[in-house]
Amino acid sequence: MPIITYRDALREAMDEEMARDENVILLGEEVAEYNGAYKVSQGLWDKYGSGRVIDTPITEEGFTGVGIGAAMAGLRPIVEWMTVNFSIMALDQVINNAAKMRYMSGGQFNVPIVFRGPNGPAEYLAAQHSQALQTLFVHIPGLKVVAPATPYDAKGLLKSAIRDDNPVIFLEGELMYQWKGEVPDGEYLIPIGKADIKREGEDVTIVTYSKPLRVVEEAAAELAKRGIEAEIVDLRSLRPLDEETIYRSVKKTNRCVVVDESWPMVSVASHVGWMVSRNCFDDLDAPVELVTSEDVPMPYNHRLELAVQPSVEKVIKAVQKVMYLV
Amino acid sequence: MSRVFTIEKYSREFLIDLLKKMILIRRFEEKAGQMYGLQKIGGFCHLYIGQEAVAVGSIAALDLSEDYVLTTYRDHGHALACGMDPKVLMAELYGKITGCSKGKGGSMHLFDVENHMYGGHGIVGSHIPLATGVALKLKYKGEAGVVACYFGDGAIHQGSFHESLNMAKIWDLPIVYICENNQYGMGTNYERISSVRDFYKMGRSYGIPGKQVDGMNVLEVYEEMLQAVRIARESGLSSFLEIKTYRYRGHSMSDPAKYRTREELDEYRQQDPILLFKDALIEYGIISEDDYKAMDNECKVISNNAAEFAEMSEEPGLETLYEDVLA
Repeated sequence: MPIITYRDALREAMDEEMARDENVILLGEEVAEYNGAYKVSQGLWDKYGSGRVIDTPITEEGFTGVGIGAAMAGLRPIVEWMTVNFSIMALDQVINNAAKMRYMSGGQFNVPIVFRGPNGPAEYLAAQHSQALQTLFVHIPGLKVVAPATPYDAKGLLKSAIRDDNPVIFLEGELMYQWKGEVPDGEYLIPIGKADIKREGEDVTIVTYSKPLRVVEEAAAELAKRGIEAEIVDLRSLRPLDEETIYRSVKKTNRCVVVDESWPMVSVASHVGWMVSRNCFDDLDAPVELVTSEDVPMPYNHRLELAVQPSVEKVIKAVQKVMYLV
Repeated sequence: MSRVFTIEKYSREFLIDLLKKMILIRRFEEKAGQMYGLQKIGGFCHLYIGQEAVAVGSIAALDLSEDYVLTTYRDHGHALACGMDPKVLMAELYGKITGCSKGKGGSMHLFDVENHMYGGHGIVGSHIPLATGVALKLKYKGEAGVVACYFGDGAIHQGSFHESLNMAKIWDLPIVYICENNQYGMGTNYERISSVRDFYKMGRSYGIPGKQVDGMNVLEVYEEMLQAVRIARESGLSSFLEIKTYRYRGHSMSDPAKYRTREELDEYRQQDPILLFKDALIEYGIISEDDYKAMDNECKVISNNAAEFAEMSEEPGLETLYEDVLA
């Protein structure tokens, strides 16, 4: 099977969907002539032209709203946010317009649109450019939110997101664009709302998604050396959430750690932790542990910024805690 | 202000239709206000009384089989001018299942996807990019339509307005931006919070031609809109109309409008868009006073029937709560 980068997987998905449906357009800052700030859209402007791959001014609220309006009228736009940090400028459009149009019109309007871009901490970018903002979107009814961690999942989920009749927030990662993985030739889709078991194990369930998957995989390998077999549940979709897969795993292992690179308060991690505590209460041998980013803005200094985020050591420690080894 | 009505240019049928639509909005809004007082309608309810000539004159210049309308939360007038059924609108104001948005939108969120009435939007200025996006779709698909995007003087300082005009210009989008300057953003006179007094000039910053229009003269509104629509349709270019108007009532039903004087209100009532047009039609022998009274009665009956329909309609069932969150 061909091995390609996460970046190329995203581009393949957009390319294939644009070739398949002329209603799919791409707009955002630097997506066309510059080939994308992170080169995700490389070559698409050459192939599809300025009418379909559209460079916008730096007006996140404006072009996000333009995409939503075009979606209301029948197009299927992909709006690229250069980074999700900048989507804060466009939150009114996402929350008040995209998420609510169908409901407040009594079902008259669909908003088939994808908002995509890199989310989460990167390196040396400091507080405003290095934050995991998924909670803002996951909170909102009327949105779907996905955060794939592998090239395979990224391609299959982006194609599903583009074909979905609802607004989908598609969260990538600046540091993930170079990640490589197997992606088959030809068409496949991954349904939104399905988690994936990335590693099977009997002793503890580690629920995670997006970039921390690698940290969790490394921790699981280390734990295996110590005789602990972790099962890794990669959520892939944050809204809707695949509760069934989480519970099935926890009921098997009786222990659960949730690893999430956003802040701890009112997060995906805290929500999953609550749900597992409530719905697997009789199966749990220990309280659910969370590993999140520290509750501070991201510092610039590299030593400090690494200390903020989930790490292999933190994950191992949390696993040891739910196994009463520390 | 002396006004010229170019009555002779139009057919009797067209002129009467304009007048009737304005009267219907007036009577519908009075009924809505009355029913609000009786607590049949709740929440925010923004009446269009005084501004009728704007929606009626401008929407008359559209062909809604290919053109689109997007407006603010003060949307009853536009919805009626787009030909939406007064019963369905009143039912939506009552929050009934027979309303256009099945009781989930209310007064501020009237929609009719078939007739291209694309809302009914509650956040000041937030729909201006949406309208611009609908225009992008028209351009991308090579369709003949034009978008009419309405907003108030309060919205013109929002970034969304400025961002949208810039994009409409760089992409040459077929859209007419219409600022209904009723002179008060909620309780604040625009002169107190704007560095620019003549809003129509603001389009020029983005290379979009602007014009100031008398919003109390339905024919002037129609003619200026017709020209703007023609530019959009034939050349695919945007334009900007500042239509000067006045709302007789408060910002919403809960606003006693103490920020303006009785004299100011009376002065505008002398320039009532319906009475001015009615007088002109009588003067030109198009209608008689009795014709007018008959029309007025008819509109009162339509409005009463709408309220009765809303009253008799069912509440949405609790099982609809989770419907239409997602497609």
